[in-house]
Amino acid sequence: MSFEAAYTGIDRLDRLSYGNTVVHRLDPRAKVVATMAFAVVVVSFPRYEVLSLLPCFLFPVLIAALADIPAGFIARKVAAVSPFAVFVGMFNPLFDPATVTIAPGVTVSAGWFSFASILVKFALTISAALLLIATTSFPGICRGLRRLGVPSLFVSQLLFLYRYLFVLTEEAMRVARARDMRSFGKRGTGVRVFVRIVGTLFLRTVERAERIYGAMLARGFRGEVPSMRREALRPSDAAFVLAAGSFFALCRYVPVPQTIGRLLRGLAG
Amino acid sequence: MSHHLLEFHDVRFRYPDGTEALKGITFLITHGESVGIVGANGAGKSTMLLHMNGHLLPTSGTVTVGEVPLRKETRPDIRRKVGVVFQNPDDQLFMPTVFDDVAFGPLNLGLPPDRVRERVHEALRQVGALALADKPPHHLSGGEKSAVAIATVIAMEPDILVMDEPAASLDPKARRSVIRLLNGFRHSKIVASHDLDLILDVCARCLVIRDGAIVADGPAAEILSDATLLAENNLELPLTLQGRPAVERTRR
Repeated sequence: MSFEAAYTGIDRLDRLSYGNTVVHRLDPRAKVVATMAFAVVVVSFPRYEVLSLLPCFLFPVLIAALADIPAGFIARKVAAVSPFAVFVGMFNPLFDPATVTIAPGVTVSAGWFSFASILVKFALTISAALLLIATTSFPGICRGLRRLGVPSLFVSQLLFLYRYLFVLTEEAMRVARARDMRSFGKRGTGVRVFVRIVGTLFLRTVERAERIYGAMLARGFRGEVPSMRREALRPSDAAFVLAAGSFFALCRYVPVPQTIGRLLRGLAG
Repeated sequence: MSHHLLEFHDVRFRYPDGTEALKGITFLITHGESVGIVGANGAGKSTMLLHMNGHLLPTSGTVTVGEVPLRKETRPDIRRKVGVVFQNPDDQLFMPTVFDDVAFGPLNLGLPPDRVRERVHEALRQVGALALADKPPHHLSGGEKSAVAIATVIAMEPDILVMDEPAASLDPKARRSVIRLLNGFRHSKIVASHDLDLILDVCARCLVIRDGAIVADGPAAEILSDATLLAENNLELPLTLQGRPAVERTRR
């Protein structure tokens, strides 16, 4: 069942974050800032740009290699959500009237370039985000966000989302299993049953939320989720942000592939 | 010690839908006592436990913890004194890691970080879960979750430990270690359970609740060997008191 596959995917991402590599040890704030900067830089490239984006792949590749994250796993996750990007860009080749000559005698719609650009930007940002989670852990990111000044209410919501995502998916899987066990052929698996299951899950969630809130009050909750980790930024964190930042600037302002091409041509000539 | 630790005086409670769940409950629990609460499903056990830390407030009657009467304003005080371990550890453990979860209560009490760290360490050591400190709760087994749920409450060092079915859905070994854990506490303990063997092992005194009222209150050994009383309350003699040879059971 694809639902269970998706669940084990999240779980694996979670377990990867227990690693202890150079990247894992960096302060969450440094990684959050670098990843956000990366996303902004990637998105800021002009819409027809494809070639100049390619050097950006060095960032996720390097992080994955240093952090010992299996690249295949990340690639599969990116592919799994790629339909969103495909739908966003799929009509560009049809509706973009401009044409571009890519080789003598071969002209294509400029829309193909913007489509490709969307896909590349998507792959870059999503893989960077996944790697952030896989090397920092979700709670780590929340801690980083809190210390970067994101409001506590917002961060608490994210923390609860993470904590109860697993509980809810497990509950949903149990309900789905119970349904499958007693439905034969098409009977029982239709939309009407599905709607009722969703309703039941919603009610259970509301009741659970109430019990959790009770448990929080019982332990003195007064509106702020306390945290006591006080990590100090180290020189390595600063170095990481600086190096990443300069790399992004280089990618953005120097057309690296074209420059290399010109250099090679210069050498040959 | 002579002072009364927890007192219910003619406590009545009516749920908003009109169900009268408690119909005049009166009892007194003194320092260091261990009390089991038993009764059929729907007898009012859980409603009673929810009054002990002010999650529910009595419709009439009074609940007193130490010297403090339970009122809306005194709830924070009461919650500091009475620690409740809820039945489902997934409801009790809501923080991303075991350490953060156990630290949640002490931090809310306003303790300095060093003291919090000590308390977390000590509480996890007591329940034998020190090695789990950095794990997220969703990667724990049922027994580990129960142990950590107990640690989250004892880290607040309450005067009274209240537990709702502490060993439900645990395997026998995990259940045994929870029993050992409970017997090791110096707190006053109140345990609501259908597991009468557990009550017999942990509690010296036992209350039987039926239809929102106390129908028996006395030494656990006495009450839990009264087959007629138990049967009237949808209960059975604890297995250890049934005296059925194991061989006979397998032949049936």
